[in-house]
Amino acid sequence: MQRREVVSALLAPRQDNLLTVGGLGSSSWDIAATADNPQDFCLVGGMGLTVSVGLGLAGARPQNRVLVITGDGDMLMGMGSLATVAQIQPRNLAIVVLDNEMFGETGGQPTHTAGVTDLAAIAKGAGIPTTGTIRDAAALQDTLPHIHESDGPVFYVAKVSAEMPPTVYPPLDGPFAKDRFRAAVLGDGAV
Amino acid sequence: MTEKSAEWPSDIFTVLREREISQICHVPDAGHDRLIRLCTAQNDMSVITLTTEEEGVGILAGAWLGGRRGALLMQSSGVGNTINALALPAACRMPFFTIVTMRGEWGEGNPWQLPMGQGAPGALEAMGVTLYRVERAEDVTDTVSAAAAQAFNNQCSTAVLLSQRLIGAKGFK
Ligand SMILES: Cc1ncc(C[n+]2csc(CCOP(=O)(O)OP(=O)(O)O)c2C)c(N)n1
Repeated sequence: MQRREVVSALLAPRQDNLLTVGGLGSSSWDIAATADNPQDFCLVGGMGLTVSVGLGLAGARPQNRVLVITGDGDMLMGMGSLATVAQIQPRNLAIVVLDNEMFGETGGQPTHTAGVTDLAAIAKGAGIPTTGTIRDAAALQDTLPHIHESDGPVFYVAKVSAEMPPTVYPPLDGPFAKDRFRAAVLGDGAV
Repeated sequence: MTEKSAEWPSDIFTVLREREISQICHVPDAGHDRLIRLCTAQNDMSVITLTTEEEGVGILAGAWLGGRRGALLMQSSGVGNTINALALPAACRMPFFTIVTMRGEWGEGNPWQLPMGQGAPGALEAMGVTLYRVERAEDVTDTVSAAAAQAFNNQCSTAVLLSQRLIGAKGFK
Protein backbone atom coordinates (compact mmCIF):
# COMPACT_ATOMS: atom_id res chain seq x y z
CA MET A 1 0.00 0.00 0.00
CA GLN A 2 0.97 3.66 -0.43
CA ARG A 3 1.40 5.34 2.96
CA ARG A 4 -0.53 8.51 2.05
CA GLU A 5 -3.46 6.43 0.79
CA VAL A 6 -3.56 4.60 4.11
CA VAL A 7 -3.50 7.83 6.10
CA SER A 8 -6.20 9.46 3.98
CA ALA A 9 -8.37 6.37 4.40
CA LEU A 10 -7.88 6.74 8.18
CA LEU A 11 -8.50 10.50 8.39
CA ALA A 12 -10.83 11.46 5.53
CA PRO A 13 -13.73 11.67 6.04
CA ARG A 14 -12.88 12.84 9.52
CA GLN A 15 -14.92 11.92 12.56
CA ASP A 16 -15.50 14.93 14.81
CA ASN A 17 -14.44 13.25 18.01
CA LEU A 18 -11.17 11.87 16.61
CA LEU A 19 -7.86 13.05 18.06
CA THR A 20 -4.70 11.96 16.27
CA VAL A 21 -1.14 11.67 17.53
CA GLY A 22 1.50 11.34 14.82
CA GLY A 23 4.98 9.85 15.23
CA LEU A 24 8.11 11.76 14.28
CA GLY A 25 9.09 11.86 10.65
CA SER A 26 7.09 10.46 7.81
CA SER A 27 3.92 9.66 9.78
CA SER A 28 3.61 13.28 10.89
CA TRP A 29 4.19 14.44 7.29
CA ASP A 30 1.45 12.07 6.09
CA ILE A 31 -1.03 13.46 8.62
CA ALA A 32 -0.13 17.05 7.67
CA ALA A 33 -0.49 16.17 3.97
CA THR A 34 -4.02 14.88 4.58
CA ALA A 35 -5.24 18.04 6.34
CA ASP A 36 -4.03 20.76 8.69
CA ASN A 37 -6.39 19.75 11.48
CA PRO A 38 -5.99 21.28 14.97
CA GLN A 39 -7.13 17.96 16.49
CA ASP A 40 -3.90 16.37 15.28
CA PHE A 41 -0.77 16.55 17.42
CA CYS A 42 2.29 15.64 15.38
CA LEU A 43 5.57 14.81 17.09
CA VAL A 44 8.68 16.01 15.33
CA GLY A 45 11.03 14.51 17.93
CA GLY A 46 10.72 12.39 21.03
CA MET A 47 11.31 9.16 19.14
CA GLY A 48 9.66 6.20 20.86
CA LEU A 49 7.07 8.28 22.73
CA THR A 50 4.15 8.42 20.30
CA VAL A 51 2.12 5.58 21.80
CA SER A 52 2.74 6.96 25.30
CA VAL A 53 1.43 10.38 24.30
CA GLY A 54 -1.65 8.67 22.87
CA LEU A 55 -2.13 6.68 26.07
CA GLY A 56 -1.99 9.77 28.28
CA LEU A 57 -4.37 11.63 25.98
CA ALA A 58 -6.81 8.72 25.84
CA GLY A 59 -6.97 8.67 29.65
CA ALA A 60 -7.58 12.41 29.87
CA ARG A 61 -10.22 12.40 27.09
CA PRO A 62 -12.43 9.31 27.45
CA GLN A 63 -15.09 11.08 25.38
CA ASN A 64 -12.77 11.17 22.33
CA ARG A 65 -11.37 8.45 20.10
CA VAL A 66 -7.56 8.66 20.04
CA LEU A 67 -5.67 7.33 17.01
CA VAL A 68 -1.89 6.98 17.08
CA ILE A 69 -0.27 6.83 13.64
CA THR A 70 3.45 6.12 13.67
CA GLY A 71 6.35 4.36 11.98
CA ASP A 72 7.95 1.00 12.66
CA GLY A 73 11.20 2.61 13.84
CA ASP A 74 9.37 4.76 16.38
CA MET A 75 7.31 1.77 17.53
CA LEU A 76 10.39 -0.41 17.96
CA MET A 77 11.96 2.24 20.20
CA GLY A 78 8.85 2.33 22.40
CA MET A 79 7.88 -1.34 22.52
CA GLY A 80 7.48 -1.29 26.28
CA SER A 81 4.66 1.20 25.87
CA LEU A 82 2.58 -1.58 24.29
CA ALA A 83 2.78 -3.55 27.52
CA THR A 84 1.72 -0.45 29.42
CA VAL A 85 -1.22 0.15 27.06
CA ALA A 86 -2.24 -3.47 27.63
CA GLN A 87 -2.23 -2.99 31.41
CA ILE A 88 -4.51 0.04 31.15
CA GLN A 89 -6.73 -1.29 28.30
CA PRO A 90 -8.01 2.15 27.19
CA ARG A 91 -11.24 1.51 25.28
CA ASN A 92 -10.79 4.63 23.15
CA LEU A 93 -7.23 4.06 21.88
CA ALA A 94 -6.25 2.74 18.44
CA ILE A 95 -2.70 2.40 17.15
CA VAL A 96 -1.73 2.06 13.48
CA VAL A 97 1.93 1.49 12.56
CA LEU A 98 2.84 2.45 8.99
CA ASP A 99 5.42 -0.26 8.49
CA ASN A 100 7.76 0.50 5.59
CA GLU A 101 10.36 -1.82 7.14
CA MET A 102 12.91 0.98 7.24
CA PHE A 103 14.05 4.11 9.03
CA GLY A 104 12.74 6.22 6.16
CA GLU A 105 13.56 9.63 7.52
CA THR A 106 17.23 8.84 8.02
CA GLY A 107 17.98 7.31 4.63
CA GLY A 108 15.97 4.12 4.47
CA GLN A 109 18.12 1.79 6.54
CA PRO A 110 16.21 -1.47 7.19
CA THR A 111 14.50 -1.84 10.58
CA HIS A 112 13.97 -5.06 12.48
CA THR A 113 10.61 -5.57 10.75
CA ALA A 114 12.49 -6.01 7.46
CA GLY A 115 13.98 -9.04 9.14
CA VAL A 116 12.03 -11.37 11.37
CA THR A 117 10.30 -9.02 13.83
CA ASP A 118 6.48 -9.02 13.81
CA LEU A 119 5.07 -5.96 15.60
CA ALA A 120 1.49 -7.25 15.59
CA ALA A 121 2.64 -10.43 17.33
CA ILE A 122 4.56 -8.32 19.86
CA ALA A 123 1.45 -6.24 20.54
CA LYS A 124 -0.58 -9.41 20.99
CA GLY A 125 2.03 -10.82 23.33
CA ALA A 126 2.07 -7.56 25.24
CA GLY A 127 -1.59 -8.18 25.98
CA ILE A 128 -3.44 -6.02 23.44
CA PRO A 129 -6.49 -8.12 22.53
CA THR A 130 -7.20 -6.84 19.00
CA THR A 131 -4.21 -6.85 16.66
CA GLY A 132 -3.54 -7.55 13.01
CA THR A 133 -1.46 -6.84 9.91
CA ILE A 134 -3.07 -5.08 6.94
CA ARG A 135 -1.50 -5.82 3.56
CA ASP A 136 -3.89 -4.42 0.94
CA ALA A 137 -6.61 -1.84 0.36
CA ALA A 138 -9.45 -4.32 0.75
CA ALA A 139 -8.18 -5.44 4.15
CA LEU A 140 -7.77 -1.78 5.13
CA GLN A 141 -11.42 -1.07 4.28
CA ASP A 142 -12.49 -4.07 6.36
CA THR A 143 -10.38 -2.91 9.30
CA LEU A 144 -11.43 0.77 9.37
CA PRO A 145 -14.52 0.14 11.56
CA HIS A 146 -12.33 -1.62 14.14
CA ILE A 147 -9.84 1.24 14.14
CA HIS A 148 -12.54 3.87 14.59
CA GLU A 149 -15.15 2.11 16.68
CA SER A 150 -14.18 -1.21 18.27
CA ASP A 151 -13.47 -1.31 21.96
CA GLY A 152 -9.80 -0.55 22.37
CA PRO A 153 -7.03 -0.90 22.64
CA VAL A 154 -6.63 -2.00 19.03
CA PHE A 155 -3.29 -2.30 17.23
CA TYR A 156 -2.72 -2.73 13.50
CA VAL A 157 0.38 -2.84 11.36
CA ALA A 158 -0.22 -1.44 7.86
CA LYS A 159 2.45 -2.68 5.48
CA VAL A 160 3.40 0.21 3.18
CA SER A 161 5.84 0.55 0.30
CA ALA A 162 9.22 2.21 0.64
CA GLU A 163 8.37 5.35 -1.32
CA MET A 164 8.95 8.69 0.46
CA PRO A 165 6.34 11.25 -0.64
CA PRO A 166 7.17 14.98 -0.55
CA THR A 167 7.51 16.34 2.98
CA VAL A 168 4.53 18.36 4.25
CA TYR A 169 5.27 19.91 7.62
CA PRO A 170 2.84 20.06 10.50
CA PRO A 171 3.38 23.08 12.80
CA LEU A 172 7.03 22.79 13.87
CA ASP A 173 6.76 25.31 16.69
CA GLY A 174 5.89 23.16 19.71
CA PRO A 175 4.17 25.80 21.88
CA PHE A 176 1.94 26.80 18.95
CA ALA A 177 1.11 23.18 18.10
CA LYS A 178 0.31 22.39 21.72
CA ASP A 179 -1.82 25.51 22.30
CA ARG A 180 -3.71 25.03 19.06
CA PHE A 181 -4.48 21.41 19.97
CA ARG A 182 -5.58 22.28 23.51
CA ALA A 183 -7.81 25.11 22.31
CA ALA A 184 -9.45 22.79 19.77
CA VAL A 185 -10.04 20.05 22.34
CA LEU A 186 -10.58 21.96 25.59
CA GLY A 187 -11.80 25.35 24.37
CA ASP A 188 -10.15 28.75 24.14
CA GLY A 189 -9.95 29.02 27.94
CA ALA A 190 -7.29 26.29 27.96
CA VAL A 191 -4.58 28.54 26.49
CA MET B 1 15.06 5.46 60.31
CA THR B 2 12.08 3.78 62.02
CA GLU B 3 10.93 7.21 63.18
CA LYS B 4 11.00 8.32 59.56
CA SER B 5 8.37 5.88 58.26
CA ALA B 6 6.61 9.08 58.96
CA GLU B 7 4.29 11.58 57.46
CA TRP B 8 6.11 13.00 54.47
CA PRO B 9 4.69 10.58 51.86
CA SER B 10 1.18 11.55 52.90
CA ASP B 11 2.24 15.20 52.87
CA ILE B 12 3.20 14.75 49.22
CA PHE B 13 -0.10 13.03 48.57
CA THR B 14 -1.96 16.01 50.06
CA VAL B 15 -0.06 18.40 47.79
CA LEU B 16 -0.87 16.27 44.73
CA ARG B 17 -4.56 16.50 45.63
CA GLU B 18 -4.40 20.25 46.25
CA ARG B 19 -2.67 20.81 42.93
CA GLU B 20 -5.24 18.66 41.10
CA ILE B 21 -2.63 16.20 39.91
CA SER B 22 -4.46 13.02 38.97
CA GLN B 23 -2.27 11.14 36.46
CA ILE B 24 0.54 9.35 38.28
CA CYS B 25 3.22 7.43 36.37
CA HIS B 26 6.01 5.50 38.02
CA VAL B 27 8.68 2.89 37.90
CA PRO B 28 8.59 1.98 41.56
CA ASP B 29 11.25 2.89 44.07
CA ALA B 30 11.10 1.81 47.69
CA GLY B 31 11.12 5.48 48.68
CA HIS B 32 7.93 6.09 46.69
CA ASP B 33 6.14 2.93 47.85
CA ARG B 34 3.87 4.59 50.38
CA LEU B 35 2.92 7.46 48.06
CA ILE B 36 2.16 5.02 45.22
CA ARG B 37 -0.15 3.09 47.54
CA LEU B 38 -1.95 6.25 48.63
CA CYS B 39 -2.49 7.29 45.02
CA THR B 40 -3.61 3.82 43.95
CA ALA B 41 -6.24 3.80 46.68
CA GLN B 42 -7.68 7.08 45.40
CA ASN B 43 -10.47 6.41 42.88
CA ASP B 44 -10.12 9.59 40.87
CA MET B 45 -6.39 9.18 40.37
CA SER B 46 -4.95 7.04 37.57
CA VAL B 47 -1.73 5.25 38.48
CA ILE B 48 0.26 3.79 35.59
CA THR B 49 3.22 1.47 36.12
CA LEU B 50 5.77 2.01 33.36
CA THR B 51 8.28 -0.31 31.73
CA THR B 52 10.74 2.58 31.52
CA GLU B 53 10.62 6.14 32.85
CA GLU B 54 10.64 7.80 29.43
CA GLU B 55 7.15 6.44 28.82
CA GLY B 56 6.02 8.60 31.73
CA VAL B 57 7.23 11.78 30.03
CA GLY B 58 5.13 10.88 26.97
CA ILE B 59 2.05 9.92 28.99
CA LEU B 60 2.15 13.15 31.00
CA ALA B 61 2.48 15.19 27.80
CA GLY B 62 -0.55 13.39 26.35
CA ALA B 63 -2.47 13.90 29.57
CA TRP B 64 -1.68 17.62 29.50
CA LEU B 65 -2.81 17.86 25.87
CA GLY B 66 -6.12 16.48 27.12
CA GLY B 67 -6.32 18.88 30.06
CA ARG B 68 -5.09 16.64 32.86
CA ARG B 69 -2.22 17.24 35.28
CA GLY B 70 0.20 14.50 36.21
CA ALA B 71 3.43 13.63 37.95
CA LEU B 72 6.21 11.13 37.30
CA LEU B 73 7.57 9.31 40.35
CA MET B 74 10.99 7.77 39.84
CA GLN B 75 14.33 6.91 41.36
CA SER B 76 17.43 8.91 40.41
CA SER B 77 18.61 6.08 38.15
CA GLY B 78 15.39 6.53 36.16
CA VAL B 79 16.35 10.10 35.35
CA GLY B 80 18.88 8.71 32.92
CA ASN B 81 16.11 6.91 31.05
CA THR B 82 14.15 10.13 30.48
CA ILE B 83 16.76 12.42 28.94
CA ASN B 84 15.75 12.58 25.27
CA ALA B 85 12.08 12.35 26.20
CA LEU B 86 12.43 15.59 28.18
CA ALA B 87 12.80 17.37 24.83
CA LEU B 88 9.05 16.93 24.35
CA PRO B 89 7.84 19.15 27.22
CA ALA B 90 10.78 21.51 26.63
CA ALA B 91 10.16 21.94 22.90
CA CYS B 92 6.40 22.32 23.39
CA ARG B 93 6.57 24.39 26.58
CA MET B 94 4.34 21.95 28.41
CA PRO B 95 4.43 21.46 32.17
CA PHE B 96 6.44 18.47 33.36
CA PHE B 97 6.58 17.62 37.06
CA THR B 98 8.57 14.80 38.63
CA ILE B 99 9.45 13.68 42.14
CA VAL B 100 12.76 11.84 42.29
CA THR B 101 13.95 9.69 45.17
CA MET B 102 17.72 10.14 45.30
CA ARG B 103 20.21 7.31 45.54
CA GLY B 104 23.96 7.31 45.33
CA GLU B 105 24.45 9.84 48.14
CA TRP B 106 24.24 10.12 51.96
CA GLY B 107 25.55 6.77 53.06
CA GLU B 108 24.64 4.80 49.93
CA GLY B 109 25.61 1.15 50.18
CA ASN B 110 25.34 0.13 46.53
CA PRO B 111 28.21 1.35 44.36
CA TRP B 112 26.13 0.83 41.18
CA GLN B 113 23.83 3.66 42.29
CA LEU B 114 26.58 6.28 42.46
CA PRO B 115 27.10 7.23 38.81
CA MET B 116 23.50 7.97 37.89
CA GLY B 117 22.55 9.21 41.36
CA GLN B 118 25.30 11.79 41.27
CA GLY B 119 24.69 12.52 37.58
CA ALA B 120 20.92 12.93 37.88
CA PRO B 121 20.81 16.62 38.89
CA GLY B 122 23.19 17.59 36.07
CA ALA B 123 21.26 15.53 33.53
CA LEU B 124 17.98 17.16 34.51
CA GLU B 125 19.47 20.63 34.44
CA ALA B 126 21.01 19.97 31.05
CA MET B 127 17.49 19.33 29.75
CA GLY B 128 16.13 22.54 31.23
CA VAL B 129 14.49 21.11 34.34
CA THR B 130 14.51 23.35 37.43
CA LEU B 131 15.52 21.48 40.59
CA TYR B 132 14.04 21.70 44.07
CA ARG B 133 15.86 19.68 46.70
CA VAL B 134 14.42 18.44 50.00
CA GLU B 135 16.63 17.34 52.90
CA ARG B 136 14.20 17.46 55.83
CA ALA B 137 10.68 16.18 56.34
CA GLU B 138 9.38 19.55 57.50
CA ASP B 139 10.23 21.08 54.12
CA VAL B 140 8.41 18.49 52.01
CA THR B 141 5.00 20.15 51.75
CA ASP B 142 6.22 23.63 50.85
CA THR B 143 8.84 22.42 48.41
CA VAL B 144 6.64 19.96 46.53
CA SER B 145 3.88 22.53 46.38
CA ALA B 146 6.18 25.26 45.06
CA ALA B 147 7.71 22.96 42.44
CA ALA B 148 4.29 21.85 41.20
CA ALA B 149 3.03 25.42 41.09
CA GLN B 150 6.04 26.52 39.08
CA ALA B 151 5.60 23.71 36.53
CA PHE B 152 1.87 24.15 35.97
CA ASN B 153 1.68 27.95 36.24
CA ASN B 154 4.59 28.58 33.89
CA GLN B 155 4.36 25.50 31.67
CA CYS B 156 7.90 24.44 32.39
CA SER B 157 9.70 21.40 33.82
CA THR B 158 10.48 21.02 37.53
CA ALA B 159 11.83 18.17 39.63
CA VAL B 160 11.76 17.65 43.37
CA LEU B 161 14.79 15.67 44.51
CA LEU B 162 14.02 13.85 47.76
CA SER B 163 17.42 13.35 49.33
CA GLN B 164 18.54 9.98 50.53
CA ARG B 165 18.97 11.56 53.94
CA LEU B 166 15.22 12.13 54.06
CA ILE B 167 14.29 8.71 52.69
CA GLY B 168 16.87 6.75 54.67
CA ALA B 169 20.07 5.31 53.25
CA LYS B 170 19.87 1.76 51.96
CA GLY B 171 22.71 -0.17 53.53
CA PHE B 172 24.04 -3.15 51.63
CA LYS B 173 26.43 -4.28 54.32
C1 LIG C 1 16.38 9.06 19.83
C2 LIG C 1 16.53 9.25 18.36
N1 LIG C 1 17.33 8.44 17.64
C3 LIG C 1 17.44 8.62 16.31
C4 LIG C 1 16.75 9.62 15.67
C5 LIG C 1 16.89 9.82 14.17
N2 LIG C 1 15.64 9.45 13.50
C6 LIG C 1 14.74 10.36 13.08
S1 LIG C 1 13.45 9.69 12.28
C7 LIG C 1 14.10 8.15 12.47
C8 LIG C 1 13.46 6.95 11.85
C9 LIG C 1 12.06 6.77 12.13
O1 LIG C 1 11.70 5.58 11.51
P1 LIG C 1 10.20 5.17 11.36
O2 LIG C 1 9.51 5.42 12.64
O3 LIG C 1 10.13 3.81 10.80
O4 LIG C 1 9.63 6.26 10.36
P2 LIG C 1 9.69 6.37 8.77
O5 LIG C 1 10.44 7.63 8.50
O6 LIG C 1 10.33 5.16 8.19
O7 LIG C 1 8.26 6.44 8.42
C10 LIG C 1 15.29 8.19 13.17
C11 LIG C 1 16.09 6.99 13.49
C12 LIG C 1 15.94 10.44 16.46
N3 LIG C 1 15.23 11.44 15.93
N4 LIG C 1 15.85 10.25 17.80
